[in-house]
Amino acid sequence: MNYAALIPLFPLIGFVIVAFFGKRLKNEKLIGGIASTAILASFVTAVMVFVGLTNRPEDDRSVIVHVYSWIATGSFSVDVAYQFDQLSILFTLIITGIGFLIHVYSIGYMHGDAGFPRFFAYLNLFVFMMLNLVLASNFLLTFLGWEGVGLASYLLIGFWYDRKFEGTRITWTGDAAMKAFVVNRIGDFGVLLAMFMLFNQFGTLDYATINAQAPGVLTAGGTAVTLITLLLFLGCAGKSAQIPLGVWLPDAMAGPTPVSALIHAATMVTSGIFLIARTNVLFAMSPTTMAVVTGVGITTALIAGTIGIAQRDIKKVLAYSTVSQLGFMFAALGVGAFTAGVFHVMTHAFFKALLFLGAGSVIHGMHHEQDIMKMGGLRKYMPITYRTFFIGTLAISGIPFLSGFFSKDEILWFAFLNGSPVLWGIGAVAAFTTAFYMWRVLSLTFNGTERFDHHHLHPHESPATMTIPLIVLAVLSVFGGLLGVPHVIGHALHFPNLLEHWLEPVFATGMSMLTAHGGDHTSTEVILMTASTVLAILGILLARRIYANGLETASGIAARFTGVYQLLLNKYYVDEVYQMFIAGPILALSRDAMWKIVDVIVIDGAVNGSARIVGASATALRKIQSGVAQNYALIMMAGIVVLVAMVVIPMLR
Amino acid sequence: MGVIALLATLFVPLAGAMILLFIDRNQEKAIKVTALVITVATFLTSLLLLPAFDASTASMQFVIDMPWITSLDAGFRVGLDGTSLLMVLLTTLIMPIAMLTSLNPIKKSIKEYYVLMLILQFGMVGVFMALDTFLFYVFWELILIPMYFIIGIWGGKDRIYAAMKFFLYTLAGSLLMLIAIIWLGLAAKTAGIGFTADLMKLRMIGPAIPMDIQKWLFLAFGLSFFIKVPLFPLHTWLPDAHVQAPTAGSVILAAVLLKLGTYGLIRFNLELFPQASIEFAGAISVLAVIGIIYGALVAMVQTDIKKLVAYSSVSHLGFVVLGIFSLTVEGVQGAVIQMVNHGISTGMLFLCVGVLYERRHTREISEYGGITNVMPRFAVLFAIAMFASVGLPGLNGFVGEFLTLLGAFRSPFLGSWTYAVISATGVIFAAVYLLWMYQRVMFGTNDNPKNKHLPDLTKNEYWQLVPLAILIIWIGVAPRTLMNLSEQSVRAVVSKVEHFHAH
Repeated sequence: MNYAALIPLFPLIGFVIVAFFGKRLKNEKLIGGIASTAILASFVTAVMVFVGLTNRPEDDRSVIVHVYSWIATGSFSVDVAYQFDQLSILFTLIITGIGFLIHVYSIGYMHGDAGFPRFFAYLNLFVFMMLNLVLASNFLLTFLGWEGVGLASYLLIGFWYDRKFEGTRITWTGDAAMKAFVVNRIGDFGVLLAMFMLFNQFGTLDYATINAQAPGVLTAGGTAVTLITLLLFLGCAGKSAQIPLGVWLPDAMAGPTPVSALIHAATMVTSGIFLIARTNVLFAMSPTTMAVVTGVGITTALIAGTIGIAQRDIKKVLAYSTVSQLGFMFAALGVGAFTAGVFHVMTHAFFKALLFLGAGSVIHGMHHEQDIMKMGGLRKYMPITYRTFFIGTLAISGIPFLSGFFSKDEILWFAFLNGSPVLWGIGAVAAFTTAFYMWRVLSLTFNGTERFDHHHLHPHESPATMTIPLIVLAVLSVFGGLLGVPHVIGHALHFPNLLEHWLEPVFATGMSMLTAHGGDHTSTEVILMTASTVLAILGILLARRIYANGLETASGIAARFTGVYQLLLNKYYVDEVYQMFIAGPILALSRDAMWKIVDVIVIDGAVNGSARIVGASATALRKIQSGVAQNYALIMMAGIVVLVAMVVIPMLR
Repeated sequence: MGVIALLATLFVPLAGAMILLFIDRNQEKAIKVTALVITVATFLTSLLLLPAFDASTASMQFVIDMPWITSLDAGFRVGLDGTSLLMVLLTTLIMPIAMLTSLNPIKKSIKEYYVLMLILQFGMVGVFMALDTFLFYVFWELILIPMYFIIGIWGGKDRIYAAMKFFLYTLAGSLLMLIAIIWLGLAAKTAGIGFTADLMKLRMIGPAIPMDIQKWLFLAFGLSFFIKVPLFPLHTWLPDAHVQAPTAGSVILAAVLLKLGTYGLIRFNLELFPQASIEFAGAISVLAVIGIIYGALVAMVQTDIKKLVAYSSVSHLGFVVLGIFSLTVEGVQGAVIQMVNHGISTGMLFLCVGVLYERRHTREISEYGGITNVMPRFAVLFAIAMFASVGLPGLNGFVGEFLTLLGAFRSPFLGSWTYAVISATGVIFAAVYLLWMYQRVMFGTNDNPKNKHLPDLTKNEYWQLVPLAILIIWIGVAPRTLMNLSEQSVRAVVSKVEHFHAH
């Protein structure tokens, strides 16, 4: 199966071609075509590898392909090697499949942009790095991909580097790009330390070895494994925008919309979920970490959901929605529902990519207007965009039998079963906010009165390169959930949970470490499922009631609850708090205490003091000597005298 | 073959300096071309060392041993092991680039400038090759003179102050070293092999020197090296020297001169005084860690780009020192490759600053903004240098930083994770100060009227930067091609130290 290593290679080739020759090609279709073909080639290869894996016995579906030895010194050794198994191939299919659609979409969206080749070069670079992240057979190569996608994200957020961007304490797109990179670096610091600890414990960074030996090497519930997993989780919180590192994702919307869809919704931000799934054995060994993951996940889901209610920028609503959905995934992992978490990664990739691309289509048709307060009634101008966006909204809201319904209810169920009723309750409220803010966006954008200036704006439907990907994603958002139909429904219909079965070997060891909650709970599960569905529908109905006829009802409510509204609109003032208590003091300390006092006054004061003494004597010497250089000769002479004396005196003795 | 290549690498620059003396000072073009040809030829010659070098052994290769001052048993003793080979290659690579970057900015006393540059190269290569303490000292001091003049004559506004500071700092250190060299020779005499400057002999008797003396010798050598590195708090000469030096001077200073210090620490302190190295590892590592954080924080608040890069060196070299005094193979190997990396990426950063300075004659960050609009090719290469310094995996800096931190993390000599944990925060700050600088200089709109029509890279500038960019990616992707060269030498040093740890 050595050909599998071609999967990450194709985007790399695409990147090199477009980066070096893109400007000379001068043909948008050709550039976009090359870049898209590279991703398509990876996708086709990934399908072949997938088929290859299904043909193997279930307990032998992990193939490692060594490419070369990357770093090796002393006892440390790490290869560039790829691991193709149930988990990595699933992520690969999502990345290359959705990646291909978004590449095609971008040909239309980026049409006419001066940076067209640059954009596609960055996109291919991103896919290359993302594939390294998920296909790596060891932590260090994943880390390469991990920081590599961070680089691609940085480049793409700041793609329009000379544009202003209205963000929190931010003026330029470049500021947003930098914020994303730096916040992620804080998380990466955790991953770095976790790798050191893992290498100390296991003598290797290979996933296969660590997962196999973890139960023997580490003590379940011990400090070491808790520390390792918490540090890893810090990295996950950075990459997947969880509390307390979630502040970068909303500002990342400064990038072009296809980027938001691919990187900041469907793929990169799910890296944290991937890493925990990949190292599920370690996480399962630490109840403390699992509790932290659950707590952070569910809190993020709720808080981001509430912020989403008040935002005016269509992409920001979707960004907070993403943060919230990622929180759901972490909550699932935290309660040990690994499959449910990964399942939600997949369905979310479908409907959130769809929603973002739909938003992109709206922005494209509205000539870069992003404020939903200045939209309305667009359904008649953009019928395809509207219909697909509508499907996406229903899917994310958890309307029965669409993809989001299955995955979200799977998560909520396990939150109840393995967690607590309270956990389920918070999740259900968060799900309610999801339905509410999504319907709000749908209403304000596509329904109701037209609130834009007809003389200057002529909304239009997007070209086929953009609408076809929307349609494909809409189909996936509808039927994608069938891959993981929960037992409670599937049992009656004789429909198996395909995904759970497929991923079972990956999570077997991890699951065996967790307490199993057996027994028959069919009736409870059905009741809870009904309850959460009713909540979602209530959310939709409420939003419909408030926003169906424009903004009046909404502004009335906002005026009545000014405090709450301002709090939500300003995202709980998290950025301001970070600025005041972390960034500000560090800057002040560095400038006023370290540089201006320690360096300039203390150290240089001492040095200059002694220099002045030497300088004075040098001035005296200059009267007999001709230049500064001779001082050196003099001092040298003195040195030689000392030298000779030191050699000769002991000899005489 | 190897011996000839070694001698040629050492002496061709000196011969070149002499040739230049015979060229008429008005023949500016001839002087420049000759100097450039000499350095390129030296680089190509030094590449011949590679096929001749046997990476499977730690012993010195291409050794030449000729008598010099017989009464002191000082000789012309030169040779190379993996570590010094890498340093020599770094030097011979940087020099032609430094020559290229001097062609336009250096306008006065051209002949003297290029003569001094070639003598400087002779001295630097000599330090890395010397296997004799007296010879080492001569080369060490030889470097000081041309560098002093390069800063003092061709430097910026406050060049005299900076040159003097550089001079005094370094001189203070080297006087201590001279005393230590003599003391060491005497110790050899006490040990019964007679007074000697032969490094190979001294290596044998070094560990036998009693601890109370070894400590002082360690500190005397150490101090002169720490100043060169520079280790906190001995670093304040560096920002001034960098800011005042012409671009080529800064490049050489960062790429090679600072490495003389870290190289000396490995060659002398670790190899000669293993017990004292163990003894002082903790204290030195504390200073290294402070340097990493302090350098990064102070770099963050600079308003002058060159000063920012200079302080970043303090931070980056902290990683090198930490790696060395982790006294583990991973740490020291990481330090060695980080020395090469820092030479390449910081050298490249200084070249980039030079590109901007040549156009605007200012280094104030606030004078720039939106430069990408007018200089897109420059933006790409500047970004590569920046991300290399940030330590992005896949580029060179990551390999060194990762290994030095790993070494410090698991070092039995440091015995604590704290060093690595605190240092790793430096990785976060590196992203802050470098990206922030890049953001302010390159991104945004190009509003300053003086920047509206800046030309993109000239061919000359382009070809200074491209080779370094290629190396940055190459070392990031395939670091073993270089690290294998020094693997055995480093293992030998570390196992020697470990041997004394057990006792």
